[in-house]
Amino acid sequence: MNSLYLAWQYIRFNKFKTIILVASITLIAVLPLSLEILLAESERQLLNRAESTPLLIGAKGSALDLAMNSLYFDDEVPELLTMAAADRVYDTDLALPIPLYVRFQTRGHPIVGTTFDYFDFRKLKIAKGQPLTMLGDCVLGAKVAAELELGPGDSLVSSPENLFDLAGVYPLKMKVVGVLTPNHSADDLAVFVDIKTAWIIQGLGHGHQDVTRTRDSSVILKRSEGNVAANAKLFHYTEITDENLDGFHFHGDTSIYPVSAVIAVPYDDKSGTLLRGRYLEGDESQQIILPAEVIDGLLQNIFRIRNVLDAVIALVGLATLLAIVLVFTLSLRLRQREIQTIFKLGCRKATISRMMMAEIVLILMFCAVLSSAALGVIDSNAEELVRRLFIG
Amino acid sequence: MISIQNLQFHYPNSEFRLTVPEFAVSPGEKIAVVGPSGSGKTTLLNLLAGILTPKQGKVRVGEVAVSDLGDAGRRDFRISNIGFVFQDFELLDYLSILDNILHPYRITGALKLTSEVRQRAISLTEQMGIAEHLKKHPGKLSQGEKQRAAICRALLPNPDLILADEATGNLDPANKTRILDLLFKSVVDHDATLVAVTHDHELLPRFDRVVDFSDFQQGSGSEDTEETISPPPTPDPQPPTPNPQASP
Repeated sequence: MNSLYLAWQYIRFNKFKTIILVASITLIAVLPLSLEILLAESERQLLNRAESTPLLIGAKGSALDLAMNSLYFDDEVPELLTMAAADRVYDTDLALPIPLYVRFQTRGHPIVGTTFDYFDFRKLKIAKGQPLTMLGDCVLGAKVAAELELGPGDSLVSSPENLFDLAGVYPLKMKVVGVLTPNHSADDLAVFVDIKTAWIIQGLGHGHQDVTRTRDSSVILKRSEGNVAANAKLFHYTEITDENLDGFHFHGDTSIYPVSAVIAVPYDDKSGTLLRGRYLEGDESQQIILPAEVIDGLLQNIFRIRNVLDAVIALVGLATLLAIVLVFTLSLRLRQREIQTIFKLGCRKATISRMMMAEIVLILMFCAVLSSAALGVIDSNAEELVRRLFIG
Repeated sequence: MISIQNLQFHYPNSEFRLTVPEFAVSPGEKIAVVGPSGSGKTTLLNLLAGILTPKQGKVRVGEVAVSDLGDAGRRDFRISNIGFVFQDFELLDYLSILDNILHPYRITGALKLTSEVRQRAISLTEQMGIAEHLKKHPGKLSQGEKQRAAICRALLPNPDLILADEATGNLDPANKTRILDLLFKSVVDHDATLVAVTHDHELLPRFDRVVDFSDFQQGSGSEDTEETISPPPTPDPQPPTPNPQASP
């Protein structure tokens, strides 16, 4: 106890030296361990999500972009395809197609345009409010709702794709109708809308005042039989309400409207194999991927990088350890006079060693406590950190 | 109390030699050791405390042949029986004044730190006039205050032998008298023996005997680097005979 008391007094007196020492040892301990935690979590998240998504169809191009955008709502948008791709899957009668249009954002969160089937497929439940019922409705992931402090009855405005696009479409004010239960996946950080609402955000569908009934002639450019041309003065709705819902419409065939991917949920293994076979033609403009395979390839690369990182950290750790040994050795040399004093008073060598050890033990204890706290924080926030740092 | 016979000591790689054919101090005696700097006074105290061991000869303190003890034995003996006031105080910067005074109790199992000891330490600091500095660290104290703290540390275990190396060297005249009074009182109260190295010739009359290293040096006719001290003029231990030269 006396050794610990004296060691504590020494540490207290040399606060700054101790803080620097504890900080450097803690960093060296925490860095590789936290990396380990984050990589394990990223592996878990990536694989879970990928393994629960049987097949993914997208335009030919980067399979990784397709998987990352469709599974984790990464803001790197893959080559787009049309809604006809979903109809094509539906027509095969081999799988259930779930279209995804992940392109727009609102207050830093991805807007996911999809259909009701997506909620059943991902087993997403409504915690508060109700599911999507009409155009302009949105349902929030659990973390989005918590972060933005929004709930049913509130509204959310879509962000413009490009701030400098003056001719771009108006942002759409969406009505929050529900909040999902936490799913511990990318769904928690997304805002879900019906795929048609996503098209309205893009400006492919829109609502404006009825030109056939307006009495304001300054809005009309040309009126002919069965057709009215309006000018830019025509008022466009930026919010879909019960009153103006009928004013919203889509021009042309919606099957040519864009989607970023189609999740195909085969009815059985054989159907899945058959469906994959349909996309193997050489002139095929679409690709079908097994997300688990793509993500596994990505993980292999990550682990290869991790090995390099581990080696670098080990080397840095070794260098730091040597530096710490040097610090302790120099500290002992600097404290020779003090050790001599204790010796002159009549202290035994073993007691002097015990006092020095007590100091090292105390410092290591501080490091252990700090490291545990830091690792605890990293572990409890690993899911979020991985999404922000690695999955984006 | 102290007896030295045929002692020879030299530091490695140094021409310095200390030779003491015979030297004795009676119990309760208060001895002043004087002499020029570098003449071996501090070395003598270190030999008596068992901090240094002679190359040859015997050093006895009480019934114990200190020079025959092993390293651990000498340390245990020193901390339990000897109060050493070092020339440069040897206080630890990171401990408060109270912790410095209690320090010997925290570095050995031979001394037990009790509330009574703690109380005695506080009482000693009151007598020394440093009670208001108990929580301060040595860096915040004057040289004289540090000296007094070092004396408190030496006196606290009520040692049989007090070795003081320039114990009053950093004190003003008023404090010098006060500290010396306290040292002498401690010696008398605990039937202890005092061997004090000093340069302060004004204090010599207060000691029972003065051992002058320069006298011995001249008397022995030895080289400058060799110091020899001889036994006291009156070896009768009861009662100690004051040095006639040093008497007031």
